[in-house]
Amino acid sequence: MAEFRLPPNSRIKKGKHFAAPAGAGTIKRFAVYRYDPDSGQNPRIDTYEVDVDSCGPMVLDALIKIKNEIDPTLTFRRSCREGICGSCAMNIDGGNTLACTRAIDVVKGDVRIYPLPHMPVVKDLVPDLTNFYAQYASIKPWLQARTPPPPDRERLQSKEDQELINEPAACILCACCSTSCPSYWWNSDRYLGPAALLAAYRWLVDSRDEATGERLDQLEDPFRLYRCHTIMNCTQACPKELNPAKAIAETKKMLAERRH
Amino acid sequence: MSNSGRPLSPHLSIYRWPITMVLSILHRATGIAMSIGLVVLAAWLMQAAAGPEAYLRFTATMSTRVGQLFLVAWSFAFFFHAANGVRHLAWDTGRGFDKRHADRSAWLVVGFAALATAVFWWVAT
Repeated sequence: MAEFRLPPNSRIKKGKHFAAPAGAGTIKRFAVYRYDPDSGQNPRIDTYEVDVDSCGPMVLDALIKIKNEIDPTLTFRRSCREGICGSCAMNIDGGNTLACTRAIDVVKGDVRIYPLPHMPVVKDLVPDLTNFYAQYASIKPWLQARTPPPPDRERLQSKEDQELINEPAACILCACCSTSCPSYWWNSDRYLGPAALLAAYRWLVDSRDEATGERLDQLEDPFRLYRCHTIMNCTQACPKELNPAKAIAETKKMLAERRH
Repeated sequence: MSNSGRPLSPHLSIYRWPITMVLSILHRATGIAMSIGLVVLAAWLMQAAAGPEAYLRFTATMSTRVGQLFLVAWSFAFFFHAANGVRHLAWDTGRGFDKRHADRSAWLVVGFAALATAVFWWVAT
């Protein structure tokens, strides 16, 4: 059920302010969501003044600079810093994206940074993705085939067949899309969400996969698939420019066609 | 989803609404508004059947500022919901999912609903 207000333990309090040192160049303010599980206190917003003249161009550069030079307790996930691992997914300036590919200077005013929306927070900008990964596993994201592969070569695909899975297979599972979706906010216990559904679609259209029927059976459910109301936040948010909303619509079409 | 005492990260209060998200909730809101309008429509028919005085009383109520505002809002809800319904039909065929197209069709629906409401009342009065 939709619960619009945050529970009492999640409401955000005012936090600390870290002023820029004297002699700093161009200042940009970063307002960052903080939660320390050991303190027993509510989350808060800390503001950091960062000298962007001595900082890399991306929001992740600023977060690393804050952690290195201002506040070593700031916690966030990051790895590749080039938009392929999906670790640094967070809510920046009101939209879900990767901190490593979002430039600081496209954000007008203060840079507001929150964890991915409507998720249990482990610490600071680190959400608990257990449910998200379990949903991905539930669509069985691997090739299912009963016929044995040819003895002398791999299971081959035509170029056209390969192009069908090209885009959906480029998903990096950063969770930007699912956590941007209001349907997922209100029903993440039963609705699979755009990321898992995009992955499901990737196997539905794979010419080598032979479990299309079973996969469709599993999705044919008022919640798992049909909680998608084409709000389009997923496609708007995807940092890889993929289109989960279209993949879901195509899946609904496959189910509609199967019935006739 | 508040497991093991962990706080829930903020959502509605911090999310910047894309135009497509605004239209999605407006579609639901106008659907509800039209159902309420249907009750008023039923009242109008009942008053018409109840005789001239009752009918005059009803039309007098609907001619007040509040009544007029309600009727304009109801007609807007109708045009908006109809146009956005066509948008959903296109989506059901797998078309118009490109980010740019979805944004453009959203503004098209808003523009059509505003224009149709204006023309409707211009013709009606």
